[in-house]
Amino acid sequence: MPKIWNWTRRTGSARIEEAVRRQKGIGAKAVELIAFYIFAAIVTVSALAVIMSKNPVHSVLWLILTFFTAAGLFVLIGAEFLAMLLVVVYVGAVAVLFLFVVMMLDVDFVELKQGTLRYWPFATLIGLAFIAEIALASFARDGSSNANFDASPGADTNTEAIGQVMYTDYFLLFQMAGLVLLVAMIGAIVLTLRERPGVKRQNIARQTSRRREDATEKVAVEPGRGI
Amino acid sequence: MDLTINHFLTISAILFTIGVVGIFVNRKNIIVILMAIELILLSVNINLVAFSVFTGTISGQIFAMLVLTVAAAEAAVGLAILVVYFRNRGDISVESVDLMKG
Repeated sequence: MPKIWNWTRRTGSARIEEAVRRQKGIGAKAVELIAFYIFAAIVTVSALAVIMSKNPVHSVLWLILTFFTAAGLFVLIGAEFLAMLLVVVYVGAVAVLFLFVVMMLDVDFVELKQGTLRYWPFATLIGLAFIAEIALASFARDGSSNANFDASPGADTNTEAIGQVMYTDYFLLFQMAGLVLLVAMIGAIVLTLRERPGVKRQNIARQTSRRREDATEKVAVEPGRGI
Repeated sequence: MDLTINHFLTISAILFTIGVVGIFVNRKNIIVILMAIELILLSVNINLVAFSVFTGTISGQIFAMLVLTVAAAEAAVGLAILVVYFRNRGDISVESVDLMKG
């Protein structure tokens, strides 16, 4: 057991060595770049498929692929905890929620798709404007230096680094995130709850407090006559 | 050529733009609009994580987690509203949401 622990836990000197290796660019640099380009291509294609596919069920499936590949991108730069969170929360919860709703609603999606072609020129214009602005902003700054590259500052692993600050420095934010989830949960329940009249329900309090006298009646039946 | 922050900012920008275009293209289908919003939030997350890692500060990853929380809450409430709307109206066309004459 200690052996495995030592293997997963990088020692301080090993981290420095790895940082030096990163700086000098020896080793896995090319593989990293190739992996990045593969992931980036998959993300782009699947995101386009999300907004372009005719069937919303296909859209949800493409969305799952997008999130999964984005998690791969996070792993690539060392943010493993966020990557796993992305898989659990998005692929496991949000995408399945979407899938449920899409399949539950009885909507004629082909009819919904009618006439969307006329929005394409305008949408492309907006998209080009966005791309131009963001490209201008990001190429104006010099982002080429990786001087401070560190996915887990002050700790050995990414999860440890997040855990060190999440319950101390960011405790209030953590609690507020929980509150947001609680409010969303109550809101979703209140919105979709409906009281249908005429539905028989079990009333456990009434059931357990029921006495024999409430349910039965003693009748003195006279001979020769029914009740 | 090394993996730099610009790579991640570029892919984030592309995702963001696809999300915005998706909102404009699928004007009628509110489910796909919600999915496009999820794409936009994902691009924001990539941006936050990239800056967090490449500047060596952990705060960005914490904030990305909060964005993730809000995205999940938003999807839940949005889909609940959608289900209620479908129950009342029988369709989910965004263009017919003018009951309040806003």
